[in-house]
Amino acid sequence: MITTSDLTKTYDKTVVVDNVSVSLPDAGVTSVIGANGAGKSTLLSMISRILDADAGSVAVDGLDVFNAPSREIAKRLSILRQETHMTARITVREVVEFGRYPHSRGRLTEECVQKVDEAIAYCDLGEFEQRGIHELSGGQRQRAFIAMVLAQDTRYVLLDEPLNNLDMPHATGVMKLLRRLADDHGKSIVLVLHDINYASVYSDRIVAMKDGVITADGAPESVMNADTLERIYDMRFSVIDLDGDKIAAYFR
Amino acid sequence: MRRPSVLIGALSLLAIGAAALFLTWGVDGHWDFALPRRAQQVAALVVVGTAIAVSTVIFQTITRNRILTPSIMGFDALYVLLATSVVFFLGSATAAAIPPLTMFLIRAALLMVAATLLFRAVLGNGKRGLYTLVLVGVIAGTFFSSLTSFMFRVMDPNEYDALLSDLFASFNAIDTTLLGIATVLLAVGIGAAYWLGPQLDVLTLGRDRAVALGINYQRTLTKLLLVIALLVSVSTALVGPISFLGLLVANLAYQLTRTYRHAVNLTVAALLAVLALIAGQALLQHVLHFNGTLSAIINLVGGVYFILLLVKESKK
Repeated sequence: MITTSDLTKTYDKTVVVDNVSVSLPDAGVTSVIGANGAGKSTLLSMISRILDADAGSVAVDGLDVFNAPSREIAKRLSILRQETHMTARITVREVVEFGRYPHSRGRLTEECVQKVDEAIAYCDLGEFEQRGIHELSGGQRQRAFIAMVLAQDTRYVLLDEPLNNLDMPHATGVMKLLRRLADDHGKSIVLVLHDINYASVYSDRIVAMKDGVITADGAPESVMNADTLERIYDMRFSVIDLDGDKIAAYFR
Repeated sequence: MRRPSVLIGALSLLAIGAAALFLTWGVDGHWDFALPRRAQQVAALVVVGTAIAVSTVIFQTITRNRILTPSIMGFDALYVLLATSVVFFLGSATAAAIPPLTMFLIRAALLMVAATLLFRAVLGNGKRGLYTLVLVGVIAGTFFSSLTSFMFRVMDPNEYDALLSDLFASFNAIDTTLLGIATVLLAVGIGAAYWLGPQLDVLTLGRDRAVALGINYQRTLTKLLLVIALLVSVSTALVGPISFLGLLVANLAYQLTRTYRHAVNLTVAALLAVLALIAGQALLQHVLHFNGTLSAIINLVGGVYFILLLVKESKK
């Protein structure tokens, strides 16, 4: 379980994440939604210790992320962020191999090679394996980094807007893949999503943030209603039932 | 893995060939006089080239760019400043009583502490832009040099004289008394660099991804800055500041290897630097009969290349 207590981050007197205490489960798909600037990405960055917190703490399976050995955290928790800038010449396979670093420290074992092969196959990257990462399209690159996170093989997988740059087939492909990871491998997937309908269809739980605090938290059925969504986003919604899924329309 | 080993093999052969040529060119029978002298020179060039190449590649990885080098960021200016301050504050009598070897170790230790503290603060969380760093580097370098010349001005002329002969080593007046200890320190620095190689590889992905993969960023940065400062001390003590050699060989190495692996890049860059120095020195001394211009030529070629890189980068 990931537990945050009173987690706070402030930039120039603007409180971005305000005293957030939340528990994220051992398994399943949890989506974090909210408007731009609500603090979703900042929350994820602090949970994964990429960003220091101004106050509060985060525990992953009881380990304090800010003080425990970084490598131990890296064996339990991985994160994919939006930044994709890369200067070095590096192939897709090499990117995925980096995911094994916490386990192997650069010397790949047989198990590592197997995990890398699996991750590449899982993300359908076989044909690009030897291509340079800079030669790929945005969507392919995104999949390569998802494969790297998979190869890291951690219980908790955090993804910050993994559907960025992806067209519909690939976005749905990634969501199906994440769902499969949770179902078949018992992993806990936590992701920031802007498309609330993907959140509704694929998650077990939706956490909604507004102005740095959590304003709604529960199963999709309980969050996906016009009143709650209007409160989160300050705009009009109509929610319809489509084959058992709650789908929100917000285009007019 | 065939390509890197072929490349490394070929460069090693070239470097050995250049060294053999340098040692034997026009000796005219005075072997017992020429050979030991020249062997010392070759050894010094190998040490200097390796130190500069390795420190530059490491620095470029932690700053994630291919333009900045420790030298451009003022590392060797800081070394000269620290060396001057030691004499300035202790006085020439006390300073002269310190054996050269101890003196060198004191300077190296001072640079390691000062540069690591300073550049840890400058680099911060690894997210400063290239131009901020260039600016800081230029200002820091100028500031250190100005402080040094200020001390020269207020210094006792005798102290100044002693310092000058001590500080401004060059390719023609390599400080060979320090060659032994410099070789030892170089071995330590290179050992550390290769040992930290896998961590350097991960750092090419950027600070955030490295942290996500379990790198303790601040601690790794400190270790790497210490290695850089150690290597800069070695090269600066032997031949004085050379601004652009590292820039040239590091970029040439990336072009040749086309990999991010530091075990390969460090080796190729070091071999290129050694080759450039020995071949350059051999040509200058024996073909063109020039003296004392090797660093000037390196700075000319490297400086032009630096400007080209800056222009290219600003067009991105």
